Amino acid sequence: MKRLTHLAIGALALAWSASVAQAATEVRIMWYSDGNEGEVLQDLVKRFESQNPDIKVVVDNVAFGVIKDQLPVQLEAGRGPDIVRVVELKSQARHWLDLRPHLKDAATFEKNFGNTLDWMREDGSNALPGFMTQLTITGPLVNTTLFEQAGVPVPGPKATWDEWAAAAKKVADSQKIPIALAFDRSGHRFMGPAISMGAKVIGPDGKPAVVDEGFKAMAQRIADWHKSGIMPREIWGGVAGTTYKGANEEFVNGQVAVYFSGSWQVAQFSQKIKDSFDWSAAPEPCGPAACTGMPGGAGLVAVKYTQNPKEVARVVEYLASEPVVREFSERTLFLPAHQGVAAKGVDFKSSDPNVKKSLDIFLNATQTADPLALKMQSYKWSGTIYAAVISRLGQVVAGETQLADAYARIEDDIKQKVAEASR
Amino acid sequence: MSIVMGTGEGRAPGLSSWLAWPFRFLMGALNAPMSAVQRRFGIGGMGAVFLAPNMLIFGVFVLIPVVINLAYSLTGGTAIFFDGRYFVGLDQYKTLLTCGDYTIPSTCLQDAFWQSLHNTALFVVLQVTLLVLASLATALVLNREMRARGFWRGVFFFPVLLSPVVVGLIWKWILQRDGLLNALLLDLGFARTLWLAERNWAMFWAIFVSVWAHLGFYALILLAGLQAIPRDLYEAAMMDGTGRMRTFWRITLPLLWPNLLVVVILALIKAVQIFDEAFVLTGGGPGTSTMFITQYIYETGFAHVLRNLGLASAASILMGIVLVALTALQLLASNRRARKEAA
Repeated sequence: MKRLTHLAIGALALAWSASVAQAATEVRIMWYSDGNEGEVLQDLVKRFESQNPDIKVVVDNVAFGVIKDQLPVQLEAGRGPDIVRVVELKSQARHWLDLRPHLKDAATFEKNFGNTLDWMREDGSNALPGFMTQLTITGPLVNTTLFEQAGVPVPGPKATWDEWAAAAKKVADSQKIPIALAFDRSGHRFMGPAISMGAKVIGPDGKPAVVDEGFKAMAQRIADWHKSGIMPREIWGGVAGTTYKGANEEFVNGQVAVYFSGSWQVAQFSQKIKDSFDWSAAPEPCGPAACTGMPGGAGLVAVKYTQNPKEVARVVEYLASEPVVREFSERTLFLPAHQGVAAKGVDFKSSDPNVKKSLDIFLNATQTADPLALKMQSYKWSGTIYAAVISRLGQVVAGETQLADAYARIEDDIKQKVAEASR
Repeated sequence: MSIVMGTGEGRAPGLSSWLAWPFRFLMGALNAPMSAVQRRFGIGGMGAVFLAPNMLIFGVFVLIPVVINLAYSLTGGTAIFFDGRYFVGLDQYKTLLTCGDYTIPSTCLQDAFWQSLHNTALFVVLQVTLLVLASLATALVLNREMRARGFWRGVFFFPVLLSPVVVGLIWKWILQRDGLLNALLLDLGFARTLWLAERNWAMFWAIFVSVWAHLGFYALILLAGLQAIPRDLYEAAMMDGTGRMRTFWRITLPLLWPNLLVVVILALIKAVQIFDEAFVLTGGGPGTSTMFITQYIYETGFAHVLRNLGLASAASILMGIVLVALTALQLLASNRRARKEAA
């Protein structure tokens, strides 16, 4: 009899769990990973599911190429996942769902992510489409062992770009390394230093007005540093068009004194460099106008074609909550966009002292970024500007054209694109 | 139409007859519907019926995309679907073809298009010439009696099996600043050369790597042609005391001509389409010195945030016209040859 009772209870439990599973609403997240963030998300999602048995969250891990090439087609067709992690936030803003009516506490959500929400919504909108899963900021990474060996002090917080280039050159000459200063080949990477030099980028009419004295000051420096061998030709001049090229491998192999890249490199450098040498992020180099890097990052946004906006809002609100963002940042070594978390500081989980030091410097840089650098993230034409800048300056570095011609071409390229997109 | 299958009468049913049973069953099952189709379309129409599946695949995956591409090239805007695009007529073609001087890309409105066109033309001329000569030389050597001939054939054919991305990456590792080649040169006391950051060297390596990667395939076609030449012709020439060079010019080359023509045309078409291995190897650089027309199309249509699909489509239609011209050239040449032989 006892056995029969146990069996009956077991069957009932099974039937109940099956009915719950059947009743659970499915929410799909399309997610790409650069590091371990996919695994961390899975843990967080499991916890959410145990607290919310009526929602089943499916994480579709995809390559970044899927987000870049396939997602736009899906969105244009009015399809796509319920939630997606994406970098191109502004240009696809018309496809994001405004979660405001579905969130339990929209005001807190807005307060926590207020300074980055414009990056993902259409101009003039006050929608709450999602939140930045991480902030990034461009900045210099320094091989401190090489600086020490060369007896050259690492430039301090107010050091200018010229002082940085001179110090890097001294280290490279002394240590017989091939690259003094490397820059990622990217218009986004160039723009922070250009803003520091006084570039205004956006005209009074809101249209791009890229080539001004500040812009020219930085472009001239880039050209000169390549000519004098401070910067290696094969990165900026090595490829065509908008193709990205970095100097990660060269930095990891100890062949670069200063590498101007960004906070996203920290985790992989820690993993690859181990204890081969000491390295660290450094404060942003200065120009006459500012000492700023360019912020950026990836956001998790709700897609407006979802059939389950309420459930989607619950998932997003959970993932955007302070303890979850804190854990996510600590475990992934990403800078948090949540202002409360950033203000209280993050205990990044790494035994590598270079990591903690670098992330603290980058975290501080996100707080002191120039307003124009922040605005560029929500500026409609920023991608167009970056593409034109890097294509044309790359040609200058390769010796195909002169700076004056490149300036004219940059303006033409941008004008053509703006005209094409505005008709 | 009725299909009569061999019954194998008079022989004990072996394994093959058991295996043939499902085939016979299938053929029998098809008999009735095929007869009905034949009654409907007649014997003359059966050719079209058999061609239909192939034409359907060709239509869906080739013809329709070409028509869509053509339609895109007549529209503007950044939307992916037609409802968000607007008709611009031939404006995209005008944009591509507006030039101060066609020989100087920097005078053109779309300088990158013309630069990539110049690069592609240079690449095609040099790569095809080198590829055909190298394939011919390789085929001639591999056609000789030699030890381990199968092994050597494998050695030359092996790169053909590699994916173009792998080919590009292998050579990038060899040619980069701290690559294998520079390490070797430094050991021998030579200076380091930035093979992929010097304009002329980058084009040289793009051509070299492409020849290396495709040589085996074309050598195989020529080898097949060489082996089809009757031995007795060479024996007769030898008995007449004909020299090696004369034998090559008078016997080998004329009889190998059909294969050579196929090789030239295939290599030409492939060279115009060059993209993956060169893109991985040089990224189109330094500057735009190895940016080919397919990379221009990719950059314009897909790499930018604001995708200019109209301009990219117009460029690909122009490229398609060049490829159609090359194919027509192949047909013309082979038809002329066939007429000559028939006469």
